[in-house]
Parts: sequence; structure tokens; C-alpha cells
Amino acid sequence: MLERASVQEHAKSSELAISASGLTKTFKTRRGSITAVDDLSLQVSPGETYGLIGPDGAGKTTTVRVILGLLTRTAGESSILGFDSMNDTYEIRQRVGYIAQQNVLPADMTVMENMKFFAGIQGMSKQDQIRRIPELLEFAGLSNFTGRLAGKLSGGMKKKLALACCLIHEPQVVLLDEPTLGVDPVSRREFWNLLGNLRAERGLTIFVNTPYMDEAERCTQIGLIYAGRLIARGAPAEIKAMVPGHVIEFTPTDSTPALRRISGMEGVFEVQTYGERLHVFVDDVSRRKPEIEAALATEGIAHNELRPVEIRMEEAFISLVQRQNQIAAKAQAQSSNPLAWKAASGGVS
Amino acid sequence: MTINLQRLASLIRKEVTHLLRDRRALAFMLGLPLLQLFLYAYAVNTTVYHIPMAVVDQSQDAKSRAFIQALVNSQYFDYTRQMQNENEVINAIDNGQVKAGLVIPPHFATNTDRGTASVLMLLDGSDSASVTSGYSGASLVAQNYALELISEQVIHKTGMRSPSQLNAASLPIITSTRVLYNPDMIDIWFLLPGLVGMLLQTLAVQQAALIMVRDRELGTIEQILVTPTRPLELVLSKMIPLLALCLMALGVIVGLGVFWFGVPFHGSLFLYFWLSLLFIASSLGLGMLVSVRATTQRQAQQSALATMMFGLLLSGMIYPRLAMPLIPRLIGDILPMTYFIRISRAIFTKGVGLTFVWQDALTLAIYGLIIVVVVARNFKKRLD
Repeated sequence: MLERASVQEHAKSSELAISASGLTKTFKTRRGSITAVDDLSLQVSPGETYGLIGPDGAGKTTTVRVILGLLTRTAGESSILGFDSMNDTYEIRQRVGYIAQQNVLPADMTVMENMKFFAGIQGMSKQDQIRRIPELLEFAGLSNFTGRLAGKLSGGMKKKLALACCLIHEPQVVLLDEPTLGVDPVSRREFWNLLGNLRAERGLTIFVNTPYMDEAERCTQIGLIYAGRLIARGAPAEIKAMVPGHVIEFTPTDSTPALRRISGMEGVFEVQTYGERLHVFVDDVSRRKPEIEAALATEGIAHNELRPVEIRMEEAFISLVQRQNQIAAKAQAQSSNPLAWKAASGGVS
Repeated sequence: MTINLQRLASLIRKEVTHLLRDRRALAFMLGLPLLQLFLYAYAVNTTVYHIPMAVVDQSQDAKSRAFIQALVNSQYFDYTRQMQNENEVINAIDNGQVKAGLVIPPHFATNTDRGTASVLMLLDGSDSASVTSGYSGASLVAQNYALELISEQVIHKTGMRSPSQLNAASLPIITSTRVLYNPDMIDIWFLLPGLVGMLLQTLAVQQAALIMVRDRELGTIEQILVTPTRPLELVLSKMIPLLALCLMALGVIVGLGVFWFGVPFHGSLFLYFWLSLLFIASSLGLGMLVSVRATTQRQAQQSALATMMFGLLLSGMIYPRLAMPLIPRLIGDILPMTYFIRISRAIFTKGVGLTFVWQDALTLAIYGLIIVVVVARNFKKRLD
């Protein structure tokens, strides 16, 4: 595991909003068992926005469900606000808000009925409901849609309603499982602005699962989960700093021979392809740039201008995943998981 | 196990909303028992009349013709074909052209005078209802006919004046039968009290089984499980709206039974209502139990169907439990319907009070209580 030394590591779990150590979840199937979460440890301090980032199938949803006590854990410890996930389930549920990944609000009930339902099962008094529900509807921008069935709302509005419902009992911590999955970019930004307001105004601790790299940048702390393991953690800038070197970007006419030629060169750590575009990670831009240009010229590969670019979150992640795979391959000579990255396919333009 | 009433009220409101919003499902829910009621009332008839019969009359005399006429007059048989010999009759039964055959050997009249006459009745054994009705019909007619012949002979010999005088004087035993509660033996009168149990258990088990998995299948359970809601509250919130629904169905079924089909209700409606409530609650509990581990509506539906089948066969509604071997009888004991059918028949048809049904009533009460606790304990508080 690639770790940054962190003061949080040594904080007491009771002072943490969310804590997990050595958390493991194994599912039994007919063909054997699958370890969805593997010896995962994380700490979230109060007021933080923690993003658990990883590709589909990495174990994000399982992690959040185990922490919430929705799934039993196979090994390890986890707690929210010092309450154990398995034993103090109801203590947690009074203090925590959660949005599950699927559209999980009763679809045949209206926005208002949903709000009242969740207020009711959280045990809110009528006076509190009268005060709090319009406030939350206003906050979520749903004031004009109170009579609409939840099932008839747009994807973005469904998520906002879910957020409003999960905030009804004024939780100290909210856990959001891919809250912007399948939501259009404008609604995604709106949703994150709402989360930003919550953090600023209420000091709410937010734990969010997401496969979107741009959302990772909006978190104060992130953990990269891959194949059930947390392979990196830290602030977004720290994560980027974990990747050695700098990036040179260019587009050759023929990327395959260019990739082959450059990969083995001295001072080149790795090459990532984005369609026709190549990102070359080098130790020193001013020194390696002319060398690469020369190499391409000898091969007769035409290209546009080589220019240094800022490393992006998804590049950092891909780099870290590749390094993790190399470590794993060296350790057990086992093949890596060919996991698809949403960001890699959709976020490059 | 604690219950927060406000939470329970919110959960019930949610379930009621689900029930009322899905109008088509609601109509189906209430319509299906009614359809079944009419089907049972009009289509199910255990006595078969007008069985098609082939006749071989090798005697062709007055007495043989009188005997055939007596069979036809009994309404049990219709004289549909005339044939030459036994083989032809068997062939006709094989082909399904007739379900019964009568063979009268030659010299029927002479033999009856001597007291050695015999006829052969052939019945289609592949059809139990025809056999039962045909057998009893034929025996009845033959006996009456024989009795008539004897009395004629006796009158002839002794010079008695009327056959009725003879019957009383010469037969050693006279059975006088009186059928209580249903003197005319009307099928629907027998059927309805049991049918109430059958229809309500089917409705309750099925709906309870479905409602238990719906949240799980839709995924809404995940959002509800992360609230402080307790399993018992969830279970009760699903049970209470269905209880109201089943009571409505009960009212409609009993109302139709009494006012449409004219089945007399002899007992106390008040008592019947409360014991039905116990029965419905137990059936709902059973429905929840069979699907507490199910994850899809399909699984729930199948377990509900199995329960319905056991109810139909083993509860005593149609087939007498007295005749069952131990294991089927024990399976029948698991069903609330078994107890309720006895209660229903006792109150509905016999008009007796709690002193006669208290054991079954107590069993249902204990059953209901235990099953709700078991369901709540087995309710999965987590997703795995």
C-alpha cells in the first residue's frame, strides 16, 4: 500500500467521523468466495469530504454498506462516530444519512410524501417537520415539485430528493454511494454545489463513492480503491504528487510504433494513451523532450508539438493502479484485473 | 422488541399508499377471491346427474323395461344408446361415448319371479365422480325396485292391503336419517364456510408473501434499513393494511354467501368477525414467513402457491381430514385454515358459540402471535 504519513492515522477512533481498519468482506458464491473488500483501512475526520474513488467493481458500494452495517463484515473493525457498525446499528442510523446507489425512494409516492415518510420513520415531531421540510425542499430546489411522484422526477432531481430525505433528521455524517451516477453534467455540478454548501454551513462530514475523477478534486481527502484494496490515500494534491515525474503530451500520426519506441527510453516512467494522444511521464521535461523528438524523427513518425501538461487526477490514478498491478504481478505473478475506467473512456477531450 | 408508534404510523401510511396507488393490482386482489367464490359456487358440484348410459336389454320384457325406466327416472342416468352385447358397451366406455353401461340378461322377468335375477352395471372407473354418483344411483334404484317386487309378491301371497303397511311390518330395521343444518343437502351450504377460509388464506398468504419482498426487490429496503426502523415495525406495517384489506374481502364473501347464494348464517356475527381476524392475522404471518427469505416476487409467489395447494388438499375443506394418514394431517395442522374451517362451520352453519370452538380459537391466537415474532426475528436487518 502506498501511504502518506498522516496525523489522522494516530487519531482515536472515537474522534473520527468514520473509521475502518483491516475491514474485509468476503461473499460466498457457488464457485467459491469473492473478496470484495480486502483489508481496507480508512479514517475520516469530522467536517471532511472524503471521496472513495475507484472503478466499477472495486468494492466501493460494499465498503460503504459494511461501514453502515447493511452487510456483515468478514473481518476487521469499522465504526461511525465511534459506534460500531455491527453492534450499534441503531445508534448509527439515528445520526447518519445515506443515499443508496440505485433509485431507492418509493417511486409511487410524491416528493412531499417521501419527505414526510422519512421524517416520520426518523421520529421527527410534527413541529420539526413543518419547519424542516420546506427548508430542505428549498435547499434542494424541489419546492415547486412537492406533488410530483418520485418516480416521475428526472435523474438529477431524484438524487436531490434523496439528499433532502437523508438530511431530514439533521445527521452529522452522510454517506453517498455514487450519488451522481447517471446524472447529467449540469445536475452533477448542482448536486456538488449543494454538498459544498452543506460542508460550509453545517460542517457536515461527507463520505462519497464515485467513479468520476473530476468529483475527486472536490473532496478534501480521497482514497483510491482498486480490487478491494485501498491503494492510495491523501488530499487530491498529495495523490497527484505520488506520481513521479512530469507529463509531456503529443499526438503522433501512428501511435502504436511511437508508444513502442518511447516506452523503453531512459527517463521515461510510463506512457498512457488517450485515443491517439500520448501522455509520457518523464523525470525531466527539458532534458527528455528533445530526446523523444529525436527518437520519433529517426522512426519517421510525424507528430504535433510536444508540450508539458499538468498531471490530472485520472492520470495519477491510472499510474497508481498500474504500479499496484506491477507490484501484485511481481508478488504473485498473477494477472491483473482488466477493469474499465469510466473516466478513461469518457473524460478525455 | 420495541415499537415506536409514530414510525409505525409512517410505515403504514407508506404501505397504504402503495396499495391504493396500484389500482390494477388492488382490483385484482379483491376481484380474484370473488371470481373463485362464483366458480366454486356454480361450477363445483359433487353429485353427477344424467350420466350417459348404454343399454343392452337381452330380455326385452315389461320388467326389464320398467327397470330401465326406473334408472332413467332417478335422473342419475340418461338412456343414450342401445347396444347388443357387453363387449359393445365396454367399447363405448373405452371410446368415451358413454360413462355407464347396463346389461340385462335374457329372461329377466322370469328370473325376478324366481328371485334369481341379476343385472350388470358397468361404470367408467377413470372418472371418480361418475363412478361415485353412478354407483350410489344404481344401487338405490335397484334396491327400491327389488323392494317393490318383494312387496308385490308378499301382497300377492298374504293378501295385505297396501305396500306401506308391509314395509313397516316386514323389514327388521328402518333407518330414519335426518341431516341437521342442511336438510336439503345443498352443496353451497356445505362449501361456503370452508370456502371463506380457503379464499381468505389464499389472499392473505399471497399478498403477505408479495409485500414482504417488494421493498427488497425494488431496492427501497436499503433506504429504509438505514433508518432506525425496527424489524417488528416493518412487519406490522405490512400486516395491518393487509388485515384491513382481508377483512373487507371477508365482508364481501360472507355477504354474497348469505344474500346472493342464500346460505343461512346461524351463529354470532360478532364472534365470527373476531375469530376471522385471528385467522387472517395468522395467515398473513404464514405468508410472511414463507417469503421472509425470498428475494424476488417470483419466489414469494411460488411459496404462496404451495401453501394454497396444501390448504386446498389438507385443510379438510374438500377431503375429510379423518381419512388422512398422519403426515398429511400434520402438514394440515400447520395451516391456520384447518382451524378456521372448523370454527367457520361451527359458527356459520351450526350456530354454536365460543364454548364449542375455543380450542381452535386459542390455537389460532397463539399461532398468530408466535408467527409474527418468528417473522420479525427472521427479518433480515441487513442486505446479505
